[in-house]
Amino acid sequence: MADVRDALMIGKRSDGTLVQRPLSPHLQVYKPQVSSGTSILNRITGIAISVGLILMVWWLVAAASGPKAFASAQGFVGSWFGLILMFGWTFALWYHFCNGIRHLAWDAGYGYEIKTSHRTALIVVVATVVLSVISWIVGLAVWL
Amino acid sequence: MANSEKLSVTMRQTQLGRVKGLGAARSGVHHWWAERVTSVALIPLTLWFVFSVLGLAGHPQVDIAHWIGHPLVAALLVALILASFYHTMLGLQVVIEDYVHLEMPRIVATLVMKAAVYLLGLLALLAVVKLAI
Repeated sequence: MADVRDALMIGKRSDGTLVQRPLSPHLQVYKPQVSSGTSILNRITGIAISVGLILMVWWLVAAASGPKAFASAQGFVGSWFGLILMFGWTFALWYHFCNGIRHLAWDAGYGYEIKTSHRTALIVVVATVVLSVISWIVGLAVWL
Repeated sequence: MANSEKLSVTMRQTQLGRVKGLGAARSGVHHWWAERVTSVALIPLTLWFVFSVLGLAGHPQVDIAHWIGHPLVAALLVALILASFYHTMLGLQVVIEDYVHLEMPRIVATLVMKAAVYLLGLLALLAVVKLAI
């Protein structure tokens, strides 16, 4: 063992014998990259959308409860705080949506070249902005 | 490895478990595959839902109730709720497994998260069903 950290690198083969396996690099010493950045953003936006689903449930339950309950839910969404939440939520949703498609392409075996993955990352960011802006134009045009 | 005796780990897996080739979670492939299947389903469902709701921005409850009253809309909403809450549950489970390392807190966090996701999903489903029928 060259380093005490090697003790953490012990894995087991399927027959039960021990094997020394490489350890994932720690975030603290790892240079930020496009791949790691888009990946962690995918997770953060996923969590944000999960929280946003509570708002969707409220919206549906309020609609099912009647005009009064729906009006108060609508009032919250229309408030400045609600609008900030909705802006963040649509942005997170479209990012996760676009990057999710990028992940599906990887799962199918496409787009692993570093050059390609940098280009698809750029496409994801641009598409996220475009979809978010379109969503807001449509939403505000209908609302106002 | 100089001293493999000292590093030996208790084998908790049975011979049958090893032959079946399943890991400690026993259902990793299904989890991975279900996350992909739901994500593919959510591509058209999300586009449809977001732009439909944006088209109803500011409309009164009567319009929403009328919209959900259409069987096709109600069916798509139920599909969206099932796919999105299932996808959410799978995703949050991985997040918990990645960051909560101690077994007891991890089990508790996972159960609390799943209970919350199930309850919210059921609430959403019942709201749609109530408006649809």
